[in-house]
Amino acid sequence: MKQRRLIAAGALFAAGALALSACSSDSGGDSGDSADSNASVTIYNTKPENPLIPGNTNEVGGGNILDAIFRGLVDYDPDTAAPEMSMAESIESDDNITWTVKLKADQTFQDGTPVDADSFIDAWNWTAYGPNAALNNYFFASFKGYDEMNPVDPDDDGPKKADEPEAKELSGLKKVSDTEFTVELANAQSFFPTMVGYTAFYPLPDSFFDDPEAYGKKPIANGPFQVTSGDGDTGFTLTAWSGYKGEDKPQIAEAVFKTYTSDSAGYNDVLAGNLDFMNQVPAAALVDNQYQTDRADHFVNKAVGVIQTMTLPQYSDNFKDDPNIGKALSLAIDRDTITKTVFNGGRTPATGWVSPIVDGYKAGACGEFCTYDPAKAKEYLAKSNFKGPFSFSYNADGQGNKEAAEAICNSIKNALDVECNAKAYVDFATLRADVNSDKMDNLFRTGWQMDYPHIQNFLEPLYATGAGSNDGRWSNTEFDDLIKKANAAEGEEAYADYQAAEALIATDMAVVPLWYQAQQSVWSDRLSNVKVTPKSTLDLVSVTAS
Amino acid sequence: MGRYILRRLLLMIPVLVGTTFFIYAMAWAIPGDPFASRCGQRPCTDSFIQAETARLHLDQPLPVQYGYFVWNMLHGDFGTTSSGETVLEAASRAFPITVKLTVVAILFELVLGIGLGIVAALRRGGYLDGFFLFTSLVAISFPAFVIGYVLQYVLGVKAGLFAVTVGSGAPWKDLILPGFVLAALSLAYVLRLTRASLLETLKADHVRTAIAKGLPRGMVLRKHVVRNSLIPVLTYIGADVGILLGGAIVTEGVFNIQGIGGLLYHAMRIRENATVVSVSTLVVLVILTVNLLVDLMYARLDPRIRYE
Repeated sequence: MKQRRLIAAGALFAAGALALSACSSDSGGDSGDSADSNASVTIYNTKPENPLIPGNTNEVGGGNILDAIFRGLVDYDPDTAAPEMSMAESIESDDNITWTVKLKADQTFQDGTPVDADSFIDAWNWTAYGPNAALNNYFFASFKGYDEMNPVDPDDDGPKKADEPEAKELSGLKKVSDTEFTVELANAQSFFPTMVGYTAFYPLPDSFFDDPEAYGKKPIANGPFQVTSGDGDTGFTLTAWSGYKGEDKPQIAEAVFKTYTSDSAGYNDVLAGNLDFMNQVPAAALVDNQYQTDRADHFVNKAVGVIQTMTLPQYSDNFKDDPNIGKALSLAIDRDTITKTVFNGGRTPATGWVSPIVDGYKAGACGEFCTYDPAKAKEYLAKSNFKGPFSFSYNADGQGNKEAAEAICNSIKNALDVECNAKAYVDFATLRADVNSDKMDNLFRTGWQMDYPHIQNFLEPLYATGAGSNDGRWSNTEFDDLIKKANAAEGEEAYADYQAAEALIATDMAVVPLWYQAQQSVWSDRLSNVKVTPKSTLDLVSVTAS
Repeated sequence: MGRYILRRLLLMIPVLVGTTFFIYAMAWAIPGDPFASRCGQRPCTDSFIQAETARLHLDQPLPVQYGYFVWNMLHGDFGTTSSGETVLEAASRAFPITVKLTVVAILFELVLGIGLGIVAALRRGGYLDGFFLFTSLVAISFPAFVIGYVLQYVLGVKAGLFAVTVGSGAPWKDLILPGFVLAALSLAYVLRLTRASLLETLKADHVRTAIAKGLPRGMVLRKHVVRNSLIPVLTYIGADVGILLGGAIVTEGVFNIQGIGGLLYHAMRIRENATVVSVSTLVVLVILTVNLLVDLMYARLDPRIRYE
């Protein structure tokens, strides 16, 4: 997943009405109607944690820059999140296993070299090759030939020299011509065309392979903007690239991604008119919707692909094979009140495990169990084996995590008359270390930010048996089969199967949905036509500045 | 004098070894997997963990790891950050900014702290004295980030008098407000120290004699009072220079200054222990050097101090 650093740290996001309140009416001052095509726009950003290489960028600081300068096979519509062809002419398959990708002709990188089939094949092979230690390596796990490039740790306990991989290339990638290649997957994936819009699937020019280190500081890409100067500490200056052939041409000349170490500094800069766009206001500005007062007519409150959940580890004796305990806990959490009091009316109570913004979302998968009902909660607790005491582990380095954890525990305590304590972990890394090594014996906080806007991304990576992010180690063969079936099906039929699989999670409630998130962005008087993309960034193509 | 300096330089070696080993051990002793947060909700791939382990020699015992670290440092290799830069590159970009900020803050301490301290001492018990004592107490009792945020909002956002955050390259005019915030605490101490020290000296016999001789008041103050009173104050300010050069995490955060403090903060947050240790080592080096310079300065101020 692409971790928004703030989410990893569990920052306080609010999700309010999912309605948008984007208006670009100008309140006096310079009128945005006089759009200036030579304008420079400054954008809030955090320091990229990794070199600016698509296969190695899994957090927003770097992702924001890459998404502005690269174009993948598909791009997502800023309004509907639906995938649209970008570098690709078409992506087609008869069986959802073998995909034929045809590229648009005459596309080039910013150094003049062509964007052809090799640009994608080489880039994907580099990321999929284990010894390159690319952070987005697992995105290629579904490709044929991945296992030969990533031998499993022989003794399975910590780092020992693994075997040398048998292959350096994915056997599933075959070049047909300069503008066509085929992808063979290990199993069917009907969402493949949506998936390849993710950062990990961008193409790379030859210059990358000559000197990856230099490339990571100043990448050469193929999108509407190019990096002209900058570094991670102060930020990067991106200028509109005149050679870009796509239809999504920007209306501004320059985008400056300024690095901030604190969000309140960024927010004050927006208020003072020194910063044009901030994608998420700090928690303090959410109280009483202060940000809407501060930046009237220059804010948006838009749902994003993020959900927070509570996980019951199935490997712990407390919760093993007990379908009732999760239901009791879920019924005991008063989501309406907590989202109002702790999150200032920001987040939205979850009714299932999938974010409302993605293709295939259906409300209410959680059914009655996500409605606060202390009486029914007590009934389920009476049927369950484990009666507490409960504890809820969270990472204390995230704003609002403590308050949320305590509110959840209080709600459980009051509804069930059991003990429940919020248990703080000093930071995200410490909590994740225990989670990843199956050391949890009580409730803990989990969350997911989608990689690409598709219902599958909220289900398979999180709840399929043995999936990398299945933190509770929940396993249900019926669920796995339904996901497999959905992955092989098309359109509405696939969605129906995904939704049926999602509804199955409610049979055990091993993961309790809590709330959906939204982002609250603000911008300066200079900007008009502001849109926020499904990747939570400013849409640099439609924005105009005066 | 030369022998003294040499002795001090040789003494730096055990101090450096001790502090860096201590920092190194502490950084890696923090519980939790240093890689766990690098990969979000997924465990990192085996190959990533292997690569990082090999790079940092994490499979070796701690003293061996530390040996590698020192050995690399002696070759001028301070390691690389996760974003692919060498630590030296990042630090050499950040350090001048921290130096600039320190200069501004020290100027505030020297001019305002000593100046107002003298005024307060001369107007002892008056309105001004009371006002200065009260405001300095406020400065001491409020945490830096509160003072920082309040001044940033009131003087920067609302009044528009100062830059809200510091632009790239940290131009001097942007550093006035953060420099003041950074200096606020020390400024208050310097003011009170100057005042107390001056009052002490004003009571001294030699001052009474000088006034009785009929020397003009201004000359007495300049020659006999202020100069003698400044030694403890300068000691304090000298120590402060070292501390400020170590980076001001809070102030740099509030005003978005990309100095050593910001660098350390970011590295700590994403568990980049190697970077934390390298940068801290550089900071320790700077502090030791500044302390040596301050000690040498005493000899210039006070002829009674001789280094043999």
